[in-house]
Amino acid sequence: MTTVQPNMEVTSTRQKLLDIWETAPGLYGWLATVDHKTIGIRYLCTAFFFLVIGGIEALAMRVQLAQPDLKILSPDAYNQLFSMHGTTMMFLYALPMLSGFSNYLWPLMLGSRDMAFPRLNALSYWVFLFAGIFLYISFPLGQAPNGGWFAYVPNTSLEYDPGINMDVFALGLVFLGISTVVGSANFIVTLLRCRAPGMSVNRLPILVWGTLTASAANLLAVPAVSLACAMLWLDRRYGTHFFDVKGGGQPLLWQHLFWIFGHPWVYALVLPAMGIVSDALPVFCRRPLVGYTLVAISTVATMILGFGVWVHHMFATGLPVMSLSFFSAASFIIAIPSAIAVFAWIATIWTGKLQFTTPFLFFTGFIMLFVIGGVSGFMTASVALDWQLTDTYFIVAHLHYVLLGINVFPVVGGLHFWFPKMSGRMMDERLGKWTFWTMFIGFNAAFFPMHVTGLMGMPRRIYTYPADMGVGWLNMLSTLGAFVFAVGVFLFLINVAKSLKSGAPAGDNPWDAPTLEWATTSPPPVYNFATIPQVASRYPLWEDRLKETEERSIIGDAVRDGMVLDKGKETIGVTPLDAEPNVVLKMPGDSILPFLLSVGMTGLFFGLLAQVIWLVALGAVCEFGVLALWLTPEPHAALEEVEIHD
Amino acid sequence: MASLFLFTVALSGCSGSPLGYLDATSPIAGAIASLGLGLTAISIAVCIVVGVLLVVALWRGRRAHDLAITPVNDRTAIRWIGFGVAISTVFLVGSAVWTLLTVSSISQPAQASALSIDVIGQEWWWAVKYRSSNPAREFITANQLVIPVGVPVQINLTSKDVIHSFWVPKLGGKMDMIPSRTNVTWLQADKVGDFRGQCSEFCGLQHANMAFNVRVLSKPDFEAWWDRQLLPTAGSGDDPRLKTFLVRCAACHTIRGTPAGGILGPDLSHFGDRETIASGLMTNTPANLAKWINNTQTIKPGVKMPELHMLASEIDDVTTYLEGLK
Repeated sequence: MTTVQPNMEVTSTRQKLLDIWETAPGLYGWLATVDHKTIGIRYLCTAFFFLVIGGIEALAMRVQLAQPDLKILSPDAYNQLFSMHGTTMMFLYALPMLSGFSNYLWPLMLGSRDMAFPRLNALSYWVFLFAGIFLYISFPLGQAPNGGWFAYVPNTSLEYDPGINMDVFALGLVFLGISTVVGSANFIVTLLRCRAPGMSVNRLPILVWGTLTASAANLLAVPAVSLACAMLWLDRRYGTHFFDVKGGGQPLLWQHLFWIFGHPWVYALVLPAMGIVSDALPVFCRRPLVGYTLVAISTVATMILGFGVWVHHMFATGLPVMSLSFFSAASFIIAIPSAIAVFAWIATIWTGKLQFTTPFLFFTGFIMLFVIGGVSGFMTASVALDWQLTDTYFIVAHLHYVLLGINVFPVVGGLHFWFPKMSGRMMDERLGKWTFWTMFIGFNAAFFPMHVTGLMGMPRRIYTYPADMGVGWLNMLSTLGAFVFAVGVFLFLINVAKSLKSGAPAGDNPWDAPTLEWATTSPPPVYNFATIPQVASRYPLWEDRLKETEERSIIGDAVRDGMVLDKGKETIGVTPLDAEPNVVLKMPGDSILPFLLSVGMTGLFFGLLAQVIWLVALGAVCEFGVLALWLTPEPHAALEEVEIHD
Repeated sequence: MASLFLFTVALSGCSGSPLGYLDATSPIAGAIASLGLGLTAISIAVCIVVGVLLVVALWRGRRAHDLAITPVNDRTAIRWIGFGVAISTVFLVGSAVWTLLTVSSISQPAQASALSIDVIGQEWWWAVKYRSSNPAREFITANQLVIPVGVPVQINLTSKDVIHSFWVPKLGGKMDMIPSRTNVTWLQADKVGDFRGQCSEFCGLQHANMAFNVRVLSKPDFEAWWDRQLLPTAGSGDDPRLKTFLVRCAACHTIRGTPAGGILGPDLSHFGDRETIASGLMTNTPANLAKWINNTQTIKPGVKMPELHMLASEIDDVTTYLEGLK
């Protein structure tokens, strides 16, 4: 039986906690750490790196498309570039970036000391990193995936795409899917178990709702694409006939499996980002979000409806008109929850006292881009109109307004917002505002004209176009805009570098924000909170001023009877809905096993790719060995019941 | 404002563009264009309303000196959210109904199609088969669709290799061409003229250059064209130019009425009648044809037609022969 210690002496307690939680120095510690903050920042940096890579690919394509009939890139190079651009942005940037935020922020926002499964957390990062490298390894050889991120069969079958290009894609996605599924399961269990006492579901930050919803969706959606990719690979290398027409297979099966994953995935890429805005925008309006409950419900509703609209990617495949009509109607209806969120943000600004900081600019800019991307989505929801719009640049415009507008802008705003917490230093506001305006103007100059080129009939995924289409000047505008946008991203990186070195010290809560992550130091200590907070409202740091309830949250070192949990690496476990504390969770220490497991997995996948049997065997043996070690019960790891003394 | 300006530019610009579909010349594309303009108008209105709300909200709160957090009462604000969502819902449901009515009006032609054409997509060109109740009147051509004005034409779509998509923006919406399946769509043109078609599903290296031409003729002209297609090829079997063609080209290409019977490439019967070479890539002139034959991989990299390295005299033979096939 563990007893909960009253907080005796702040300094010694802190030292004790530090000794328990701190990561070992040196290379071993670097590879073995399971600290969610380190992992979160690694996710953010790696994902941003992939954003830059994907962006450079986009610039190369924009140069080729700047004028009609240019011959700067060969068709094959262009196809590889657009395939890798899509794959990179969708799989290696957008979701990992949001996972980075959630990894870093969840335990801090929820008042916990770590994620539910810290070692699994480390595993999901390493697998993501190695899968990213795996997907890129063939790029310098000119053998990168070249069938689009959607990889439609039979164009991607061995007969029409004989290199290893699409094997890299198929195996790479199966590999990466392991990371996504592991990470999603971790988020869900963390939400259910690892919160501060009193952090009931109606007090969760919206970012938590967004990531929770996205994670639940990923658990259901990712298996579809992993399965499809495994089937594609078997078709290619072992002569199965899942999609092979000559053997009675069905090309449309691929599209169903891909989009039944792909559409929920798109929502998984935006809901956490919308959560970032819902949590951080109100801080600069000096008030809580208007309609918290509505926004939380709309988040979940969007995701549920998101599973019923995948066929709107297949309106032109010749499916019966009756079923198309159903999916068309569902695609209109899914705009309703989005409308709730948009009006909630506007109402928050309308009734707020505004501070025009850099993050605020990114979040307000986001609202406008969200609406433009939303209405173009509304137009493509119409099955009849989509018969003209689909596979033209109108869709390219739409999806970039959605993915850059609803993902990149909140992400960059969020990085400005939480940078002080992560680094202990403020970012430069003046440079920040330059960053925003450069990105915002560049973005619109690049992507707004694509609506028009689309309406003029320019098809997607073409490496060149004839002059008589009349879209040359619009494409030139898009290319110039893309470069301006790239300058904005570069300014952001300069700001990060500069602020890390010489930014003003941030203090615990530079924005005077209401949620728990701002209650601890910047950067937070490795154990997050010296005493586990007890939460009494949705906005713990504002409750003295909002005066919504009589009760007060208990946070910080000064309180004598908080839960310290300094008997070992421990955090508190709570009941799923009401967050009543009911168990002390023993947390695992740092471990090299997640890294080793990922290395083994990488060997296995390279073996499968190269069809080298000894490498497959070696990888598999390594996997089983590490798993056996991982699953060996540790002494004292059993959960113990705890009594709570108030 | 910028968006309004660009949309105006777009709407005027689209009329001039060969693949623009807002100035439709068919009942199908016309119905879609009306729906498209309607939904565009709603979309622009939504952007303006939200933009104005946002700007006013920013303007109202711009000079906040007192940044203290104070108690809030959101009952009114939430009511406004409800109001906004209710209006949005009305427009969404209305648009869904309009869409479904449009779909039901264009999914089937008003009268039965008398004419049925098979179009078979392949990397990266189009085989076209004219169907008839009289088998003697059936024939095959490529990369050009000729249809009569004012009547619905049934188009049966399939693919020989990967997925392609059949799209003639000014005459109708897209329909995919999927191997092992036959998708049926229909076209109807309101006026005579030439219209551009384009593959719109990514299909590999030369997806960009997989286009075709639709020529709409008056009814008598169309009948005459069809009769002409059935005529035997001009010129005798001893024509030395035909001999060159047979030696260098006939392994892949067919010309009806001659021993040339290859099926890998487009059927070249009545080649001189066609608008374009290489599936919409170049206009059909002797000079372009001469350039094409020896430079296929430079002009259309990856195309299945090899560079034949023909002698100048052979090129001259083949070009003259083919251009003479009217």
